[in-house]
Amino acid sequence: MEGGGTVSEAIEPDAVSEIMEQENPSDVTHMNMIQAINSAMDVMMERDPTVIVMGEDVGFFGGVFRATAGLQAKHGKNRVFDTPITECGIIGVAVGMGAYGLRPVPEIQFADYIYPALDQLVSEAARLRYRSAGEFIAPMTVRSPFGGGIFGGQTHSQSPEGIFTHCSGIKTVIPSTPYDAKGLLIAAIEDNDPTIFFEPKRIYNGPFDGHYDTPATSWAGHKDAQVPTGYYRIPLGTARIARAGEALTILCYGTMVHVVEDTVRTLGIDAEIVDLRSLVPLDIDTIEASVKKTGRCLIVHEATRTSGFGAELSAQVQERCFYHLEAPIARVTGFDTPYPHSLEWAYFPGPVRIREAINKIMKD
Amino acid sequence: MSDPTGSGGVDGQAGDGQAGRNLPPLRLHVPEPPARPGESADFTHFDIPAADAAPRPDETAQPAEMREMAYGLIRVLDEHGAAVGAWNPKLPPETLLRMLRYMALTRAFDARMFRAQRQGKTSFYMKSTGEEAVSIGATLALAYDDMCFPSYRQQGILLARDWSLVDMMNQIYSNTGDRLKGRQLPIMYSSREASFFSISGNLTTQYPQAVGWAMASAARGDTRIAATWCGEGSTAEGDFHSACTFASVYRAPVILNVVNNQWAISSFSGFAGAEATTFAARAVGYGIAGLRVDGNDILAVYAATRWAADRARANAGPTLIEHFTYRVEGHSTSDDPTAYRSAEESSLWPLGDPIARLKQHCISLGIWDEERHAAMDKELAELVRDAAREAEKNGILGHGLHHPMESLFEDVFEDMPWHLKEQQQQMLDEWKAAGL
Repeated sequence: MEGGGTVSEAIEPDAVSEIMEQENPSDVTHMNMIQAINSAMDVMMERDPTVIVMGEDVGFFGGVFRATAGLQAKHGKNRVFDTPITECGIIGVAVGMGAYGLRPVPEIQFADYIYPALDQLVSEAARLRYRSAGEFIAPMTVRSPFGGGIFGGQTHSQSPEGIFTHCSGIKTVIPSTPYDAKGLLIAAIEDNDPTIFFEPKRIYNGPFDGHYDTPATSWAGHKDAQVPTGYYRIPLGTARIARAGEALTILCYGTMVHVVEDTVRTLGIDAEIVDLRSLVPLDIDTIEASVKKTGRCLIVHEATRTSGFGAELSAQVQERCFYHLEAPIARVTGFDTPYPHSLEWAYFPGPVRIREAINKIMKD
Repeated sequence: MSDPTGSGGVDGQAGDGQAGRNLPPLRLHVPEPPARPGESADFTHFDIPAADAAPRPDETAQPAEMREMAYGLIRVLDEHGAAVGAWNPKLPPETLLRMLRYMALTRAFDARMFRAQRQGKTSFYMKSTGEEAVSIGATLALAYDDMCFPSYRQQGILLARDWSLVDMMNQIYSNTGDRLKGRQLPIMYSSREASFFSISGNLTTQYPQAVGWAMASAARGDTRIAATWCGEGSTAEGDFHSACTFASVYRAPVILNVVNNQWAISSFSGFAGAEATTFAARAVGYGIAGLRVDGNDILAVYAATRWAADRARANAGPTLIEHFTYRVEGHSTSDDPTAYRSAEESSLWPLGDPIARLKQHCISLGIWDEERHAAMDKELAELVRDAAREAEKNGILGHGLHHPMESLFEDVFEDMPWHLKEQQQQMLDEWKAAGL
């Protein structure tokens, strides 16, 4: 990829490895993101008796977003169960289960609720391998719906990924399609390090182009909603070229991938859209190759700007691609305010702001 | 902010509408310990029941049937050194002498390592003087493969599991022999082999972890149970209450130990709620079994732990045990207790010294005497001295004998990602360029 190879060269190795890791690549069906996430847990519980699922409302009811529907009936109450409403307790218990030898997949009902668990996540789960020199590990995958666009107000809309990418010892993964959600979640569950798996809840049921005033679309007919029913994994740390292009590079993840795709389509600009999929570990090679090829870099995320992950991306790109840049690196992000309710669409980095940023970066 | 209305509230808000309500002013209660430096300690208000006073409920008793246990005090050794009452575990002489030896070993180890810190051989140490019975008594009542999630003052667990002194000292010296590669503050041991979980410097995080381990053991149909320890001060942490809720909800096979040594650094137990109730009484609200134990009576600690372990193994649920004891030394080598509490306290502590009490018991049984005790103390002092010399061959803190520089990037993740490799290489290049 050094020197800016073609896009097909950049994506081919991953595509091949993903298909090769499938058990039965021909058995594919339509799934929305909820179903894909559910399928990932189901597949892993079938394969590995140490995988257990727990969280608020995840048992009999199957989760407030239905992501764990049917799992308790199929795999039993010893492996899928409701928990008390204490996120600190949920993650602390998951650390202990990991030390025992289980592979817990706790759900935090909304990413906004993860803060009471922060100490157990960043001081315990993330540091256990290091502080015990590998004697104890915390192989947990913390699933949590995140991001806005559903009129959730400030406590059901946040994007706290930057808090976790800042902490050593924990991985942060964010899918943008049903296909990726399942393959990445399986990889996260199999991973022996703790992983934060943020699920963009605005696109659980369909891709979202940022036009909140038009009817919602479903995943029906979307190529990335064709999901293998069995086992496959997408290695953590591999980005996806969502759209190949030459004019500029747009780095994004989660819901913003779809908003960016639609804005680029509307503008008719030949942008290369890189869906990061995993922030830690980060696929720096794909990013570097793309920016060196296009000479322009726009970063889009929904999280607040200051010390957001875009700041790290901006620094990395500047350090590696400075002499290839033809314009300053730009960011479109959520504002440094709490997530508002009635003014949600003023806060959300939607098509208007992304279009303006693209126009500006192309003139610079 | 000035307040022209004179109503006294910030921005006048709190005072608005107060005039004419004719209510007494509210008062904030800030607890104060009974004695500060220069004052006499007075423990005469302590209600210490007779050694044989506590009833012993059946191990499978419903928590609601045994609530009074959380307010009493389980004691076995009376003031004459006799073992009495329903909780007397009636241990054979060889077990009593093992207990005595492990407690004396813990004290000798502490003395040696405290001195090593004062000599500048390491950065930090924490003694457990006066609390030896809490760790030793509990450990001997558990199976070797029951999983312990200790706090920072339970070195006695490793010692009672015959763990290598040199290995513990290597950790304290952060030297080339330290299995933890010099990453942890001294005394924050980890030993998977000894079923001893990695100690955290953050308080009470081990509580929900122990409950999770116990839940996993139960979910898998295992027979091993978990035990955890925290101080009375850190029962105020949210983790403590999350853990109690989980333990209660899932009837987890776990023993939740609260070591009430009266002091959390410089804050007395009143700041954790001791003026209002006992710490064992926390169990009542959660509907789990609660026992309150004389923590300086190793036979009581053993008996209560054995009761809780049998209860857990019988699927009868968790037990919270408050060990009522006294922290004789400072919190760590970093604080001076004479600056915040009465110097008389430890000598006047009404429940005595755990080693002296068991020694008196063994002597009264005719299985021990002063000469043998003195000989044992001498032998143990030599044992820890020899172990320290052995450990010091691997280096002491700050004298160059540490794990290789590049090892600081290892074990962050299972596989080192590119950004850590890059930083590792950069560090090595910079040191090389600087000629180091």
